[in-house]
Amino acid sequence: MARIDLEHIRHAYGEKPASAADYALKEVHHEWSDGGAYALLGPSGCGKTTLLNIISGLLQPSEGRILFDGKDVTDLPTQERNIAQVFQFPVIYDTMTVYDNLAFPLRNRKVPEADVDRRVREIIEMIGLGDWARRKARGLTADQKQKISLGRGLVRSDVNAILFDEPLTVIDPHMKWQLRSQLKKLHRQFGFTMVYVTHDQTEALTFADKVVVMYDGEIVQIGTPAELFERPSHTFVGYFIGSPGMNVLPVAIDGSRARIGETEIVLDHAPAIAAGAKTELGIRPEFVRLGRDGTPVRIAKIEDIGRQKIVRAEFSGQSIAIVIPEDGEIPAEPRVTFDPAAVNIYANSWRVGGEG
Amino acid sequence: MNKTWNNKAWFMVLPMLVLVAFSAVIPLMTVVNYSVQDTFGNNAFFWAGTDWFRQVLESDRFWAALGRNLLFSAIILTIEIPLGILIALNMPKKGIGVPVCLVLMALPLLIPWNVVGTIWQVFGRVDIGLLGYGLAALGINYNYVNNVFDAWATLIVMDVWHWTSLVVLLCYAGLVSIPEAYYQAAKIDGASRWAVFRYIQLPKMKRVLLIAFLLRFMDSFMIYTEPFVITGGGPGNSTTFLSIDLVKLAIGQFDLGPAAAMSLIYFLIILLLSWIFYTVMTSGDETA
Repeated sequence: MARIDLEHIRHAYGEKPASAADYALKEVHHEWSDGGAYALLGPSGCGKTTLLNIISGLLQPSEGRILFDGKDVTDLPTQERNIAQVFQFPVIYDTMTVYDNLAFPLRNRKVPEADVDRRVREIIEMIGLGDWARRKARGLTADQKQKISLGRGLVRSDVNAILFDEPLTVIDPHMKWQLRSQLKKLHRQFGFTMVYVTHDQTEALTFADKVVVMYDGEIVQIGTPAELFERPSHTFVGYFIGSPGMNVLPVAIDGSRARIGETEIVLDHAPAIAAGAKTELGIRPEFVRLGRDGTPVRIAKIEDIGRQKIVRAEFSGQSIAIVIPEDGEIPAEPRVTFDPAAVNIYANSWRVGGEG
Repeated sequence: MNKTWNNKAWFMVLPMLVLVAFSAVIPLMTVVNYSVQDTFGNNAFFWAGTDWFRQVLESDRFWAALGRNLLFSAIILTIEIPLGILIALNMPKKGIGVPVCLVLMALPLLIPWNVVGTIWQVFGRVDIGLLGYGLAALGINYNYVNNVFDAWATLIVMDVWHWTSLVVLLCYAGLVSIPEAYYQAAKIDGASRWAVFRYIQLPKMKRVLLIAFLLRFMDSFMIYTEPFVITGGGPGNSTTFLSIDLVKLAIGQFDLGPAAAMSLIYFLIILLLSWIFYTVMTSGDETA
């Protein structure tokens, strides 16, 4: 268990990167505290796996240093970093039994056989493969194989950190939930530093204390699930987190007044915006109130998703989404108002203004 | 489900069946025909039953040649398989080195057998061959014409030179099909180089190795051209393998009956040994 410091890490896969676009990972400078549960969330190709492989040492960053508990490990090979990592697709040693697969990382490190046995038994029960211990790993199903991979990641009790690279992709949904809560339990029990890469927001939000949202090789926001929901610091976070995503509307700002088409909204602060910046207003569909006051909207479509209804409407020429309760009524002449506390203003896609 | 029976498809396989009949079945049956009969020419045949088989199986000459074949195959397999694996493991995985290595490896395989034989026949000659002359100049007494050990050494080195690349290419194909994640996981698990080989590379190469092993066994067991060109079966009978003996018997002495019986025995031995190897080497899969 260790604190991980990433100091000005950048990585390019090609040689001699010329421009910022050549970097798969743009500058990442951040400290991950000991025993934290982090989720790296972002769409495919945003640099999540690159960052993970840099931490585990499978990749050497083009620039920057990595420190574990203040000790520089940038030039150390993976074996000496004492890291566990679970990959997206199952990796098993198929000539070995399930038991030996789990014992492999321990035996390679010359752990006494009695301790190996104790750890392996513990893990094998946790992943629910107790009855399979003596079977060859070859004939197992994909999710059993992935559980073995997961087990191999968890079997060492002295690791600096455990990294998960979309480990539940091949597991079916019901089992996913169960394994995730087991991981969470394990985290609370042993306090491993855990980094969990995923493109699934539910997975990220339920697993992590802190979610790191990545977009196009950059970290755009690090925050608790609540912060990401209420104060997305980049319009991408707004889109990516929440279902449906945040409504982002082009807006003209004049002091503390925001104008969208004909509608004027009074803000609770005056955002400081540089001249010429592209300004946008973001409001989550949950905070748009549908009623008889405010700006008139034209309703295009209503989607009933069970507990709630999503109303797709046209607002001053822009399409917006509104979430209303299952039994919420829709007036004949619908109008909307925005909850002022939930309005965020963005300049060139980045959030501006005082914290709410 | 109603299945429509359409037997017209059989016409499609007919040309192939005719081809196989002429190229394999008919010649084989001719051999069977000769093996159980005796002839004194003029197309007059007399039933001989199992006499020829008994005669072949009771001759020392047959067992000696069979022994030489087994020894030769055993030696070249113990050299070529590990050497092939070792070379494949050290071949580059990407970059310009890959095509260069592949072409270099494939070169010996492209040379016809009799040419290989001739190359080594000349190469090993003490008077004009680079190898023979070189060794003589170093004061090493090397002569494959009248020294049994030198003749065998020449044949083995030649076979290793000619065929190791086949093992290399097959192993390499097996190795490059291993996903990168396996090596990454092995690093994370702290596996040693040996453990990576033992638990990742070897299991993934198992199938291609089986093929390499069988191909090399069958080919080496049937070796004919190279020893015929280099040593002609000598010195003495020391490099007279079954195939060479067979040709002597059939064409040299024109003993068609015994030669046919020997051909069939030879064929059955190869079939039997290949089947045993295959069964032994794949038996691990079913118990898993």
